[in-house]
Amino acid sequence: MRDLSLHILDLMQNSIRAQAKTVSLSVSLDEEGMLTLAIEDDGTGMSEELLSRVMSPFATTRTTRKVGLGIPMMAENCRLAGGDLSIESTLGKGTKLTATLDTRSIDCLPLGDLPGTVVTLVTMNPDRPEFILRCRSPKGEMEFDTRQIRQALQGVPLNEPEIAAWMQESLREEIEPIFGGVIL
Amino acid sequence: MKSLAELQAIREKTLNRINLRKEDESDVTRVVIGMATCGIAAGARPVMLAFMDEINKRGLNHVTVSQTGCIGMCRLEPMVDVITPGNEKVTYVHMTPEKVGRVVAEHIVNGRPVEEYTIGAAEDK
Repeated sequence: MRDLSLHILDLMQNSIRAQAKTVSLSVSLDEEGMLTLAIEDDGTGMSEELLSRVMSPFATTRTTRKVGLGIPMMAENCRLAGGDLSIESTLGKGTKLTATLDTRSIDCLPLGDLPGTVVTLVTMNPDRPEFILRCRSPKGEMEFDTRQIRQALQGVPLNEPEIAAWMQESLREEIEPIFGGVIL
Repeated sequence: MKSLAELQAIREKTLNRINLRKEDESDVTRVVIGMATCGIAAGARPVMLAFMDEINKRGLNHVTVSQTGCIGMCRLEPMVDVITPGNEKVTYVHMTPEKVGRVVAEHIVNGRPVEEYTIGAAEDK
């Protein structure tokens, strides 16, 4: 993956496949330049057995292939950038993935097109789950919540092209001042 | 968030489009994009956003975009299926945002699949 937003898109697909009703993503950058990404869902969760081998590139729940590269690739990129990746999960309750990266490391991937990732997730999954995005840095913070958008739209699906264009522009305007010049 | 009032104005406009579509569901063209790890790593996201953008610009009422997982042909990603009413599905491989304009114009609007981008052409090479 070329940037973190692509990893985020990939990892959040796991929450969607786990039948989550709500998936939240938090992206926060502290004063020292440590970046923390947290993805939390209320999906099916994992058994202890699956959780114990989920970091292996040969663990997958899919049947079309025998490899599952999403989590191990992200974990490797975190470690390369002086951070780490951890997963907590409870069967029937949900999963929380936390990734840390030191943005001062030369090996830290850029954040990339986070608005593009969020719009892709929402438009590809217009009915479920609800997505919540929180971004924070010393420069400011923002929150995006599909429940508010759904309420404003009163029954119009979230995957209509005009709505997607509005979301993308709106997210771009709010995210750039928070991370621009540091990790974008 | 950008003003929700603005979103409500877009809602009114979109509502008319949706009502038009509902009148004739059988006329819907479906665009399905592979969005598993392999697809994403190969560039599926900008392809999907390019389809949304092109559909929005052209005001195409009868086109929906959705995602699918990995179908086991990772080396051909990003892959896109285009299913037009009454026709067999056409699978495009190694898609890029640059190719999207031509697929929309020639295939979705004018009904002529872009043969050189299809899986058949890629497998013949």
